[in-house]
Amino acid sequence: MTRDIVLEARKVSKQVSSPEGPLTIVHEVSLAVAARESIAIVGPSGAGKSTLLALLAGLDQPTSGEVWLAGTNLSVLDEDARARLRAQRVGFVFQSFHLVPSLTAVENVMLPLELAGRRDAGSAATEMLARVGLSTRLRHYPRQLSGGEQQRVALARASVGTPAVLFADEPTGNLDTATGGRIAQLLFELNTGSQTTLVLVTHDRALAARCGRIVVMEAGSMHEESGNTPDAGHA
Amino acid sequence: MRSLSLALRQLRREWRSGELAVLWLSLCVAVAALCGVGFLVDRIGRAVTAQASEVLAADLRVESDAAIDPAEQAHALSSGLTSARLTMTLSAIFNGDSNQLADVRAVSGGYPLRGNLTVADRAFGTGLPTREIPAPGEAWPDSRLAAALGATIGTNLNVGSRTLRVARILISRPDQNSTFVEFASALLINDADLAATKLIQPGSRVKYALLLAGGAPQLEAFRHWHAQQDFGKERLVDVAEASPQIGEASRRAARFLALASLVAVLLCAVAIAMSARSYVRRHLDVVALMKTLGASRRMVLGVHLWQLLVLAIVSSIVGAAAGWVTQLWLVRVLRGLLRSDLPPASLWPALVGFVIALAMLAGFALPPLLQLMRVPALRVLRRDAGPPSVAAWAAAAPVVLAVAGVVYVALGNVTLSLWFVLGLGAAVLVLALGGAGLVSLAARVRGNAGAAWRYGVANLARRRTEGITQIVAFGLGIMLLLALAILRGDLITDWRASLPADVPNYFFLNIPPDQRDDFQHELTDQGARLERMLPMIRGRLTAINDKPTATMHFPGERGRGFADREQNLTWAADLGDDNHLVEGEWWTPAQFGKPLVSVAVEYQESMGLKLGDRLRFDVAGETIDATVTSFRKVRWDSFKPNFFVEFPPGLLDSAAGTYMTSAYLEPTSGAMSRLVHRFPSVSIFNIGDLLAQVRAVIDKAVTAVQSVFLFTVLAGLTVLFAAVQASRDERGYEIAILRVLGAGRSMIFASVLSEFSLMGALAGLMAATGASIGGAWLAHALELNYRFNALLWVFGIIASTLLLGIAGAVSTRSMVRMAPRAVLY
Repeated sequence: MTRDIVLEARKVSKQVSSPEGPLTIVHEVSLAVAARESIAIVGPSGAGKSTLLALLAGLDQPTSGEVWLAGTNLSVLDEDARARLRAQRVGFVFQSFHLVPSLTAVENVMLPLELAGRRDAGSAATEMLARVGLSTRLRHYPRQLSGGEQQRVALARASVGTPAVLFADEPTGNLDTATGGRIAQLLFELNTGSQTTLVLVTHDRALAARCGRIVVMEAGSMHEESGNTPDAGHA
Repeated sequence: MRSLSLALRQLRREWRSGELAVLWLSLCVAVAALCGVGFLVDRIGRAVTAQASEVLAADLRVESDAAIDPAEQAHALSSGLTSARLTMTLSAIFNGDSNQLADVRAVSGGYPLRGNLTVADRAFGTGLPTREIPAPGEAWPDSRLAAALGATIGTNLNVGSRTLRVARILISRPDQNSTFVEFASALLINDADLAATKLIQPGSRVKYALLLAGGAPQLEAFRHWHAQQDFGKERLVDVAEASPQIGEASRRAARFLALASLVAVLLCAVAIAMSARSYVRRHLDVVALMKTLGASRRMVLGVHLWQLLVLAIVSSIVGAAAGWVTQLWLVRVLRGLLRSDLPPASLWPALVGFVIALAMLAGFALPPLLQLMRVPALRVLRRDAGPPSVAAWAAAAPVVLAVAGVVYVALGNVTLSLWFVLGLGAAVLVLALGGAGLVSLAARVRGNAGAAWRYGVANLARRRTEGITQIVAFGLGIMLLLALAILRGDLITDWRASLPADVPNYFFLNIPPDQRDDFQHELTDQGARLERMLPMIRGRLTAINDKPTATMHFPGERGRGFADREQNLTWAADLGDDNHLVEGEWWTPAQFGKPLVSVAVEYQESMGLKLGDRLRFDVAGETIDATVTSFRKVRWDSFKPNFFVEFPPGLLDSAAGTYMTSAYLEPTSGAMSRLVHRFPSVSIFNIGDLLAQVRAVIDKAVTAVQSVFLFTVLAGLTVLFAAVQASRDERGYEIAILRVLGAGRSMIFASVLSEFSLMGALAGLMAATGASIGGAWLAHALELNYRFNALLWVFGIIASTLLLGIAGAVSTRSMVRMAPRAVLY
């Protein structure tokens, strides 16, 4: 391992059972992501992108192979240990935002800090929401926010704990082009500003092109897109 | 502690956002129903006991043949009980030359502690209640004594060495009928005069009683304290023992009221189970997100457990307060029916309500909560990823434990509780299977009815599991209410039938054998309806199977009393129609004169007897060894002559005995005075007052049963209504989609109405059937005569259909009106 590899998949496979027999969704994928790198995982629907993201983030366990996150082998950790690791090192942004409907914007951003036992959760969340331009929306519930605003809250929530790796699953998928563009801009700014590694799953080639590196998933297998190398890194 | 603070914060936030309202509301309603019924049962139950206690003139009596240690009264007073002393002895009372044997009763201030004395200015006059007792220097003879002595107000009576002035005529005292031992007419005097009468000399036959009254815990503490002291042959007597008739009525009322509380508890359980399901469903996404953000399973569980606990505490306090207010309101509404001096409720039902709410919450909400803990974080990416399914037994075990626990607390009888839980389990199973069958059938025959009906039925069939769960829940609730309704009817009919207007109101004892026929004629001439006449002989049990009773230990509390006291024995050729054999055979004419004996079950149980045991009696110095051939269950509330111990004719005929009988006689003073004069040795025992007391207890119990039933029904309906509310948000999304697709409000409304009405009809059909079967069993358990009520069966189905139809329509009304955007976006 080189000194700054923060995320690595080693021959990771995921099989599920189906009425027609076992189905391989991810097949022997190997991938190494360096610290502060930004990487896009692209591919058609059903290629296994989201499953790979779930495996890389420790949300699911591979059938075979290993995933190393921040120097820890996820395969040997139980669910709670993986959750602890996520709390310390990982941030998430989802296509459908996944805000808690009963919590206000600021409370949604406070949630990961509270789970980690941070006492300054309120001030840190307020500050983070200010960074994403939502100072005037702190006490609004998700249902009172537009789609773009909801995703900005989600971005603030993902970044507030300064994670080592930020996973984003189609973060602009539910937004119009203009709003999506602004969210993407914010995502990359936050990524650069906090020196985190970004792993982005997207259909959007333009969005993918803003990453330092692109990998393509096809029928469960992965290959590197030419012209992008791990060494290219994101500035 | 981090999970606690997080739980509190989350709870506050969810509360503010309105997410918790439905669960909170149904918990509050559940606890309010439980506590409301509890408070009312507590108050009415205590009123029934108080009414019953009047028979003893106290809640508890300490009785003894020797003077009662003043330390006992001091202890009772110091533990918060009120007390009075009563000393009884037989003595001849003189008015000039005329004299009469009387039961002289010296009482201290406060007597009677329960009930009232009634007095008049002349013998056999109309009695008015008084709170006073004879002042020192006064005597209050009862009508019989006054008539026999020719005494009126102002007459001086010689009582032992003291002369006392007749100030009032005693018409009735609450404890005059407590046992059939007190045959003689009575003279009430003040305790302060007792010493001056010098009636109590060494060797005199005196009975002492310490009367006690107060709260149940204090009485229980006194019993406990008393049992630990060495007070010789003192006996503690309570209502059940003093008056089996009233004991029986109170016992049944208490059981019914307990059952009503239990129904309220189980209805709460239904509401909690449904609310918990809905709570868990709503939290699946949040828990998956929390896990994604790094929450461990333990933290997820901790946060939700704390939330539920806090919710339970807050709901219990609010619910108990609401229950308190509701029963106050109910007592106000029923002012004409209930006695105005209903004792205040204790805080006990609130505490019980909280513990039961918590137990129910643990039993019903814990399994879904444990499942919630196992929601995979992956759900944030794949919506179909739910928690792994749980084995049926793992989900059912806490529910069964919680239900069994509360059933046992309510019924206090292992066998009965076990059957009840099994019955409940069978009902759930039948409701689930029947529900599944009926849902499939409804889907198949939905035919060509309107679109709204088709959609409603299709909805029920499509959400099969949900539909069946709701049918089980509502069916169970309605079944419990209907079963309670059936029992209520049976109980009241039985009570009313047990005391017809012409039940005997007089007992006549000490009828000499040679006056027997004359006495019968005299009574018949006066229009009396006579019951059987039985001989009465005094005798003492000395040995069982050759073992002296003095050295024996008995299983029942009363066993020692039976063994130590002289008893009334009789012989009879026939088993009375108010007796039935539970074991053994009644004697045939061929067995007359044989040494056989039949005993009542109370006697059998207290002494631990079995068929074939040989009992040795000492009857006026003669020893009789008799073999037990049968055990009888006696209906003491028939008010006919009955005895614990009966022999066949021809065995004791030589023993000098007297006869006793009972009769119904219009209570006119003239008839009684004539009887007293013509048959001076016959003891006339007026049980009219006892009957009035028993009727009062029964009336009170009937009112209690009616009002508690009404309240339970209201509470049950509210709880079921809350449960419908809990399930409503599942429909919001579908309703919004239908609206987007162009469905009008009326069509959606009609489809919701169809779905709920159909569910109500299916639940009602099975509930009415289940209640008829369950009611029959419960009636058997409560020793009632079950009557199938077809009207109630039809009513159950119609009411259930209407109830659920309306509840469903009302609860989804706001959703039908809401703009689809608010739900979909």
